Amino acid sequence: MDTLYFDHAATTPLHPDVSQMMSTALTENFGNPSSIHQSGRQSRKAVDEARTVIAKSLGANDKDIIFTSGGTEADNLAIIGTALKHQDKGKHIITSSIEHHAVLDSCHYLETRGFTVTYLPVDETGVVGIDTVKMALTDETILVSIMMINNEVGTIQPIQAIGELLKDHQAVFHTDAVQAYGIVPLDVEDLQVDLLTVTAHKVNGPKGIGALYKRQAVKIQPLFYGGDQERKRRPGTENLPGIIGFKQAVELFLGEELNRQAHFQQLKTTFEKEVNTIANITINGDEDKVSPLICNVSFLGTRIEQVLMNLDLDGVFVSSGSACTAGSMTSSHVLKAMYGEKDERTLSAIRFSFGLHHTEKAMIEVVKRVKQTIERLRTLAN
Amino acid sequence: MSNNKQTRVVVGMSGGVDSSVTALLLKQQGYDVIGIFMKNWDDTDEDGFCTATEDYEDVIRVCNQLDIPYFAVNFEKQYWDKVFTYFLDEYKKGRTPNPDVMCNKEIKFKAFLDHALSLGADYVATGHYAQLRRENGKIELLRGVDDNKDQTYFLNQLSKDVLEKVMFPLGHLPKKEVRKIALDHDLATAKKKDSTGICFIGERDFKTFLSEYLPAQPGRIKTMDGVDKGEHDGLMYYTIGQRQGLGIGGPGGPWFVVGKNLKDNVLYVEAGEHNPYLASDALLASDVNFVNPIEEMTFKATAKFRYRQKDSGVTVTQRPDGTLYVMFDQEEKAVTPGQAVVFYQDEVCLGGATIDEVYKQGERLDYLG
Repeated sequence: MDTLYFDHAATTPLHPDVSQMMSTALTENFGNPSSIHQSGRQSRKAVDEARTVIAKSLGANDKDIIFTSGGTEADNLAIIGTALKHQDKGKHIITSSIEHHAVLDSCHYLETRGFTVTYLPVDETGVVGIDTVKMALTDETILVSIMMINNEVGTIQPIQAIGELLKDHQAVFHTDAVQAYGIVPLDVEDLQVDLLTVTAHKVNGPKGIGALYKRQAVKIQPLFYGGDQERKRRPGTENLPGIIGFKQAVELFLGEELNRQAHFQQLKTTFEKEVNTIANITINGDEDKVSPLICNVSFLGTRIEQVLMNLDLDGVFVSSGSACTAGSMTSSHVLKAMYGEKDERTLSAIRFSFGLHHTEKAMIEVVKRVKQTIERLRTLAN
Repeated sequence: MSNNKQTRVVVGMSGGVDSSVTALLLKQQGYDVIGIFMKNWDDTDEDGFCTATEDYEDVIRVCNQLDIPYFAVNFEKQYWDKVFTYFLDEYKKGRTPNPDVMCNKEIKFKAFLDHALSLGADYVATGHYAQLRRENGKIELLRGVDDNKDQTYFLNQLSKDVLEKVMFPLGHLPKKEVRKIALDHDLATAKKKDSTGICFIGERDFKTFLSEYLPAQPGRIKTMDGVDKGEHDGLMYYTIGQRQGLGIGGPGGPWFVVGKNLKDNVLYVEAGEHNPYLASDALLASDVNFVNPIEEMTFKATAKFRYRQKDSGVTVTQRPDGTLYVMFDQEEKAVTPGQAVVFYQDEVCLGGATIDEVYKQGERLDYLG
C-alpha cells in the first residue's frame, strides 16, 4: 500500500536540491568557519552567503540573523534572552494561549523565575484579538510574543497590527513565523517585529537548523556561552551542512511564496470539498484568515488516538495537536483555547497539512481512505 | 504460515520481558503484529518523571527490533472508573480486593480488546502464563505449564466470547525459557527486572499509597476474647492471615490477623498459625464467571482462594440467585472476602467468582468483615 504523508506542518521531506547541496557540503566544507586558514575561510564564506539569503527572505540585514538549532531554540532565545536582558524595565510578558510549546514552556519557565505572563485568549476561530493585546499591555510589559500562523489550525494572527500597536511601547515584539515561512512573503519592517523565528525543516530543508531574526537595536541575553560565533549571541561551531541546506531550501522559495501559497490553496480547496462529503464534521479555524497549508478537521463522535492509529495502519500519516507521550493523552491546548476542553470538536480534531509534491489526486485519495476509516469507526461505535 | 500473515494480532506490551517475547513469538509465526502500550495510571511526579515513559521507551525499542508498528493508548479514565474505584470501595467495606482480576476483566480484555478490534485486529495477545485450547469449536482456558507462574487465577473473569479473540503465546513455556528467548534474541528488555506488586502502587509503600486515598482511622487491636493488644493504623491496612507488621510483642505469639470489626473499628488477632479462627470450610461467592457454562448444579472441582496457593478439593453448588456455595473437602486457612475463588478440573480453569462470605460448620464468620 502506498503511503500518504499529510503531516507537513510537523516536518517536510528534504528537497532533492537541498539534499544534493548538503551531501557536497558534508564532504567538502569541513573546515571550521572560525579557523583562519583557507579551509576555514571557505566554510565562513558558505555561512555568510547563507546568512545573506536568510536575511533577504525576511527583509532583514545580514547582521540580524542568528543561526540556531531550530525553531525551539530560536523561540527560547527570543523569550528567555529578552526577559533576562530587560527585566530591569519590568517583568511582564504577553503571549497567547495557542502558541507553540517552545514559546509556552519558555514562558512557564520564566514564571518560575519571578516573571508574570499573560496568556491571551482566542475566539472560536483561533485568532488573537488586537484589543486583548491592548488591554493586557502595562508599563511593566517587556515582551509580547504572538505566533504568525498557528501550527494546529492554521489561523493567521494580526502580527502587523500588533506591531503597529507596540510601535511606541517599550515591549519587544517577537513572532514565531515557522508556519508562515515559505508561503507568506515576510518583511520584518512591514511587520514591525523585533524578533522572528524561522526553521528550515518546515520548508523542505534539513532538521537541526533554524534562525532568529533580531533587530540590531534590541538586546538579548545569550543562552549559550563559549565562543564568538553568531557574535556571541549563539556560540558553538556552526552546523555547516545544515546552514548550507537551509540556504538552498530558502533559495527555492524566495520570490515564489505567493505561487506556493496558490498551489497549497488549490490543494486545500479540493481537500475541503472532498472532506465535506463526510458526515458530521467541522473544519476548525477561521475561514479566511487561515493558512492554505493546514486543514484541521473534527470528525465528531470519534476519538483522536483511535483515528490516528487506524489511519497510520491504512498508510495515512497525519497528526493532531494533542500530545500523546507514552499514552498520556492531553488534548490540544489550541482547540481547548478555542472551544473548551470537553468540546466534541476538541476531542476529535485531526490535522492534515499539505506538501509541495502533493497533487489534487492525492487529496481525493486521502479523503477516500479517511472516509472509509471514519465510517468504519462510527459503525463500530454504534 | 501464509494464513498468519493475514491475521492481525495486537499485543498488549508493558515494556516487560514477557510481553516482549509474546510479540517476538507471534512475529516469528508470521502474524501481522502490532504492539500497543497501555497507560492506565498517571504516576507523574513533581519533576514530571513518569515510569510509564520509561516502560514505553522499552516497548519502542523492542518493537523496532521486531520491526512492528507500535502505539500507546490511554485508559486512565476507564481504569479509574472501573478498577480503582472498585479497589477503594472494597477497602472501605473492609474487604481485600483483587485489582488485577478487575483490570483483566475491564481493561485488558475489554477496553483494550475493543480498541484492538477497532484497529482491525483478529486477536489480542498478552504475556500471561495461561493456555487456550481450541478444539471442535470449543475454547478452554488452561493453566500455564510453569506452575509457579500460572496466571489463570487473574483471568478467571474472562468469558468464552472474550477468549475467542485472545492468544496467550507464553502459556506453554516456563518463565526461564522466556527469559532465555529474550536473551537469545537480544531483546532490549531481556534483562529487565520483573515488576512486582499492584501495578499502580509499584515499588511504593502500600500503606502510604492507600492513605492518600482513604482516611486511616486508627483503632484497637483485640483478641477474639476482647483482650486489648495495642493499636492498629486503620483496618484497611490489614488482611486476613497477615502476620507481619502488627507490632505486637511479648509472649504468646506469633499473632495473626483473623478478622475485622468495621463498626467498632477493631482488628482481631489470634495467636498461632493454626488457631481455629483462621479456619473455614465453605464460602459464598458472587460475580460468577464460567468460561463455558456448567450444566451440573453441583459439581466437584479444585479451587484456589488466593494466587499461588495449591489447589484444594471443593464441591460447588450453583444457586438459583446466580451465586455459588462452595464447600471445602478440608478446612482452609485465611479465606478472605473480596479475593477471588477460582475453579479447576485438572488443567482446565473453569472460571471463578468473588468471595463474599465465609463459613465454618454452617455458621457465617462475620468477623472476617
